[in-house]
Amino acid sequence: MYNASDLRKGLKIEIDGEPYVVTAFEFSKPGKGQSLYRCKLKNMITGVIIDPTYRSGDSFKPADLSERKMQYLYNQDDEFWFMDVENYEQYVLKEDQVGDARNYLIDNLEVDILFFGDRPIGITLPNFVDLLVTKADPWAKGDSVTGDTKPIMLETGYELRVPPFIEEGGKITVDTRTGEYVTRVKE
Amino acid sequence: MSHGSRNKPFEDDPAVFSKRKSYLLSRAKIVQSIREFFITRDYLEVETPQLITAPAPEAHIESISVGDRYLQTSPELCMKRLLTRGFPRIFQISRCFRGEERGDLHLPEFSLLEWYRTRIDYRDLMVECENLFLFLARQLNLGTVLRYRGVTVDLAAPWERLSVQAAFERHTAVSVDQALRDDTFDQTMVSEIEPHLGMKTPTFLYDYPASLGALARLKPGNPSLAERFEIYVAGIELANGFSELNDAREQRLRFEKELAQRALAGKPTSPMPERFLSDLRAMPEAAGIALGVDRLAMLFNDARTIDEVVAFTPEAV
Repeated sequence: MYNASDLRKGLKIEIDGEPYVVTAFEFSKPGKGQSLYRCKLKNMITGVIIDPTYRSGDSFKPADLSERKMQYLYNQDDEFWFMDVENYEQYVLKEDQVGDARNYLIDNLEVDILFFGDRPIGITLPNFVDLLVTKADPWAKGDSVTGDTKPIMLETGYELRVPPFIEEGGKITVDTRTGEYVTRVKE
Repeated sequence: MSHGSRNKPFEDDPAVFSKRKSYLLSRAKIVQSIREFFITRDYLEVETPQLITAPAPEAHIESISVGDRYLQTSPELCMKRLLTRGFPRIFQISRCFRGEERGDLHLPEFSLLEWYRTRIDYRDLMVECENLFLFLARQLNLGTVLRYRGVTVDLAAPWERLSVQAAFERHTAVSVDQALRDDTFDQTMVSEIEPHLGMKTPTFLYDYPASLGALARLKPGNPSLAERFEIYVAGIELANGFSELNDAREQRLRFEKELAQRALAGKPTSPMPERFLSDLRAMPEAAGIALGVDRLAMLFNDARTIDEVVAFTPEAV
């Protein structure tokens, strides 16, 4: 159990059966009054933010969170399926839980799936993923009017801007934290 | 206890290091000037033990025990005992220790300036506070107008004097009594009242409900109020002073109440300060105050957090 005095940014606690992360925290103590811990907490499943004030004497259950290595299998409608690489059990995440990560999900990609108890609630991608370019205008040599980049589409449907020498059918590395082009993958 | 991002080593950043150095120089000058202020006013500087057998029982202050003693949470009890021993004007700058207090304005180990004087009351003390702050500003070569936390505050006397009741009427929709009944007094104070205090001049917030001044004298003619005040500048509390209660029987009852409140909340209790209570019977009328030295240093340097004005934070030791 955590006490109110353990509260700090980044601490993950369970409230009413749901995991929350502390995103802001302020200790205050008026005069010789009680200690007050004013917090902003984000629900790790719904993203809803609450701002409770706790007092000394309040206690909290640590959120039962764990990460497991999974392989991405496929998606159907708004469901994304993953397989535990150790025991081959399959789990599903909803589209809104996957969020922007869907831009980088290709078959067999290894990811970390975050569990709250037995429930998958989120995904952590590798920092860099190699993806196939499925749509790109040809490189018009000497054409500098369009600037240093051009728009392309990747196999996941993700669109981004890259240097003009990137061509359809090639592969590029993308930084999943920024969503930006990193380098061309040499075959 | 870890505090995440708080553990960043300040000294890695040369800009932060040079800022801290100037804060520490200013802090030293403040402490020196405090001594000068009191010595020229015939106050005697005293030192009382930091390891004590019985801290003042307070419902919401956690004392730290060391073996069979406690680190002082304030030098208050020992200093009042000195008042009964022929020392009518005393001051002390000492380290105090309070468990579970850590935030942008709190350290579990901090410096308190306390001073006590016989035959005055809390109103006289307010005037002395005005004089002290103006003296410090002068010694630091600052004008009377300070910029603190984005607020422009004039230290020139007289400062605003606002009763707790008037503050509730001005800034909240609830009455003091209602807040006390609902156990929301502290929360209302923090979120609705404090942010408005000390905005043009420092504010003396005074006349607290009797139940919130465990060591303060009740107001003659109105026993529902304690003659206690706090100083606020730009929403930040700096000091807590009062006309001292010197009725030993009444003091024992109040301590018992504080201890009972602690027991009810499942908090550890400490022994009754018997020696203090026995000396208290001989204590003349007096007023006294505790002023946070770290927060003074914050004020005069416009520091954002208490971390910036100390040599080392508890996490950096």
